[in-house]
Amino acid sequence: MKKRKVREFKPGSVFYACLVYLFLYLPIFVVIVFSFNTSEMNITFQGFTVEWYGRMLENRQLMQSFFNTVIVAFWSTIISVVIGTLCALGLYKFEFKLKNLISSSLYIPIVIPELVFAIALLIFFSSIHVNMNMVTLIIAHVTFSMPFVVITVRARLAGFDKSIEEAARDLGANELHTFFRVTLPMISPGVISGGMLALTMSLDDVVVSFFTAGPESQTLPLKILGMVRKGVSPDVNALSTLMILGTIVILLTATLIQGKLEKKM
Amino acid sequence: MIKSFKKRIGALVTVGPTVLWLGFFLMIPLIYVIGISFLTKNAYGGVDFIFTLDNYKALFSNEYVKVFADSLWLSLETTVICLIVGYPFAYIIANAPKKWKPALVMLLMLPFWTNSLIRTYGWNTLLRTEGVINHFLQWIGIIDKPLNMLYTDGAVLLGMVYALLPFTVLPLHTSIEKLDHSLLEAASDLGASKVHTFTRVILPLTMPGIFAGSIQTFIPSLGFFFISDMMGGAKTMYIGNLIKNQFLSARNWPLGAVLSIVLIIITLIIMKLYTRVGSLEDMA
Repeated sequence: MKKRKVREFKPGSVFYACLVYLFLYLPIFVVIVFSFNTSEMNITFQGFTVEWYGRMLENRQLMQSFFNTVIVAFWSTIISVVIGTLCALGLYKFEFKLKNLISSSLYIPIVIPELVFAIALLIFFSSIHVNMNMVTLIIAHVTFSMPFVVITVRARLAGFDKSIEEAARDLGANELHTFFRVTLPMISPGVISGGMLALTMSLDDVVVSFFTAGPESQTLPLKILGMVRKGVSPDVNALSTLMILGTIVILLTATLIQGKLEKKM
Repeated sequence: MIKSFKKRIGALVTVGPTVLWLGFFLMIPLIYVIGISFLTKNAYGGVDFIFTLDNYKALFSNEYVKVFADSLWLSLETTVICLIVGYPFAYIIANAPKKWKPALVMLLMLPFWTNSLIRTYGWNTLLRTEGVINHFLQWIGIIDKPLNMLYTDGAVLLGMVYALLPFTVLPLHTSIEKLDHSLLEAASDLGASKVHTFTRVILPLTMPGIFAGSIQTFIPSLGFFFISDMMGGAKTMYIGNLIKNQFLSARNWPLGAVLSIVLIIITLIIMKLYTRVGSLEDMA
């Protein structure tokens, strides 16, 4: 009888997995390594310097694009989390006409190609004579990320014990109290993962931002896209490195908090 | 009476904002796209309110048929390569020792979290004629002249596979993880070979993951114009770039709208085929 309860790595599998991870990380390492390179050409590593980080701070346009990215990500995440969580709660709690239609139409922005949705917004905004700016950009980001929040929170609510809410109400808690003390803590891991999804989608977006950002509201990725053919200055590597590391730190923290909340349940 | 009124208000307050938002910023804009596809473009890059079907007729020109064929082919290649590379990878992660698994999944998520354009730009740096890979190959003496890697169709395919691989691997991983291992043991106890176990047990059971992963790779790949912009040459035009050009350089919005409608129709057909075999919930 052969029984393997403890799973072990096989050398072949390890090698294959390493290759794929290398493939996934190679371009990220390149950007990070060259942000510390003394040579202005992104070809070989000549020596270590942090000069580009200083230059980056002086490059006003570049910094502006970075702040735009952060502002858009921040507001679109907040708005999608609030509206999306409310919607998930409503779909869970109430029975009403068109409920099925509404829940299935949530999949439309998930399913249609971003490009189509982006040009639809472009046509819409220009037809009603709205110039592209930070607000249009935030609106666009909320539209594609909110459905993901609704779906994530709903999935969390599906495993939710209604009797606890009833118990709270029986013990004299009013609606608001029940919501903030019972419902919200219970669904918070779902709200956090929804928020993380919204945040990553906003930070990762290129296609939708390309069409819905005005000249003053360019995000960092758009700025880089505009520079690539002409050649990118090394301060872009520096800022990209900061953005990569910043995103990773924020999301790791969120994952840790989420894990803690999950354990408390 | 009062209770049902209260419920109605409750539903309105909670679900209402989402319905309004999606109505205003998704449904109405999509209706605008359909509307503009029947209008005539004028000489100033704007649109005249004259009904026409010419924009749809233009679709059947050889030039555009080729663009669609090339794009669908690229997306298909991307999806197939992602599946072939991603399946064993997802399998290894899903069957890794318990201690290692969270770290491995995390390592898969990290690149996913960083902006895809920045990562594509990293590839651009690697593949350039005066880039890292060419320099390295010359330095170790495998080649004497730099290879022409960037701005080719191969580079576009590489960029696509790179950007979309996590989209394929995550659903695959979820469905492989759900595999009931007692079934695999049963298969081997009954004398099935490893190949047999794979084709008859593992593959059919992980089909939902394969379908969900393919959809999540294929559909976005149709619109990723920035990858062909950054990695591709001017030779091959893809649907994403063609649509983008109609709105920026060519300023033929009605044609751009028609092309987008075709993209929606392709997506709907794929989704229709998909919902026959899988469920939407597998995708989120």
